[in-house]
Amino acid sequence: MPTVHLPSALAGHSGGRRHLQVAGATVGKVLAALGQAHPGVGQRVLDEQGTLRRHVNVFVNGESIRYLDGVETPVADGDEVWILPAVSGG
Amino acid sequence: MSEQRSTDAEHLEVGSGDVLVAVGTMKGAFLFAGDPGRGTWRSGGPYFRGEQVYAIGFDGRGGRRRLLAGTEHGHWGPVVRWSDDLGRTWSDPPGGNLRFPEGTDASLARVWQLQPAGDDRPDTVFAGVEPAALFRSDDAGETFELVRGLWDHPHRPRWEPGGGGLCLHSVLVDPGDPDRMWIAISTGGVYRTENGGKRWQARNQGVRAVFLPDKYPEFGQCVHKIAPAGGRPDRLYLQSHWGLYRSDDAGDHWEDMANGVPSDFGFPMVAHPRDPDTAWIIPLDSDEFRCTPDGRARVYRTGDAGASWEALGDGLPERDAWLTVLRDGFGTDGLDPAGLYFGTRTGQLFASADEGGHWRALAEWLPPVVCVKAAVVP
Repeated sequence: MPTVHLPSALAGHSGGRRHLQVAGATVGKVLAALGQAHPGVGQRVLDEQGTLRRHVNVFVNGESIRYLDGVETPVADGDEVWILPAVSGG
Repeated sequence: MSEQRSTDAEHLEVGSGDVLVAVGTMKGAFLFAGDPGRGTWRSGGPYFRGEQVYAIGFDGRGGRRRLLAGTEHGHWGPVVRWSDDLGRTWSDPPGGNLRFPEGTDASLARVWQLQPAGDDRPDTVFAGVEPAALFRSDDAGETFELVRGLWDHPHRPRWEPGGGGLCLHSVLVDPGDPDRMWIAISTGGVYRTENGGKRWQARNQGVRAVFLPDKYPEFGQCVHKIAPAGGRPDRLYLQSHWGLYRSDDAGDHWEDMANGVPSDFGFPMVAHPRDPDTAWIIPLDSDEFRCTPDGRARVYRTGDAGASWEALGDGLPERDAWLTVLRDGFGTDGLDPAGLYFGTRTGQLFASADEGGHWRALAEWLPPVVCVKAAVVP
């Protein structure tokens, strides 16, 4: 299974765990499964239509999924999925 | 239910009869508590550090002392939170508690209004949100459901976002008939229901839309705020995007009442809690220059239902004051005499304990203020 790495801001919603093994063949499926297991994380990463929130970035093995296939980006055993807050605000 | 403890905020001790002023800003929320005479004040917060708080409210019905807040984290999205201990702990509902249901193809962008219903429905709270929709809670703000009657209105596809987004910002419940309500949308206009939200009718006759070819359409007006006149359920006041109006027939018709004001552009409108002829506005120079006219902070009051207006500025900045007060940045505590409170986008919070006759600053260096709600603690 891919490993999902959470930022510290979300660890309070995953029982304190920042590195989780989550099943799924694509980023979207991994995020959906993550949200099922940890609704507090899911709600903060995806909106109610399942769309990645605008200021949340996801990387697969170091590359932003914005430059891959978005949430359709395939993932496999051993892949590293990072969820990180984007630089934003004022 | 998860809880979040506000460990890094100053907390308030309040007693029955104290006045609580809740302030939402672009970077968190603050509380101010005044003694019953409103002579001395103390402050609490910040809560939700760094989050935008466009909706805040206090619910003192049914024996509770509940703060409600629509918070919006820049990364992690919006949610409605509540606190039953005046901010020491806040709910942190996992999975969110106000969500558009499947099939709507919509996602919550912002909570603009949290409005407890009347005393006869002490567990009901309404939420006005962006994209424009009304949600209802029957557990005092813990979970919400979409009001389908408005969402399915045939006008909805033609509502357009104003500068602040497509927001449902005002929710009024008739104190004598909880099934009669009004909402206002920018831009969409005023809608009224007579049957608890099942069906809604546009109620904008007489309200001008300067930005449309048809200046008096059935709907589509950029209404900035509506306020219910105290003691006269069929009277409403309205501040529009250019235009001040009064209706004496529950919104069926609106009459222009911009008589003797420096500008009829502005955002908030507050009605007196008991005198149906009295209301207050804070005019801004213009659509293009959304600051207090002539650099003078002035609240305007009518005591004759809009036939005339007087400027109130004692204690407010007389010069070099280019202030902006947004649609929910002005409120009353409902006391006698009515206390008034307004916050600015430049972080000042002003208060009057005598219906606008005299003003003082309660705070001068807050983050940009977007909403102000006042209430008496039961």
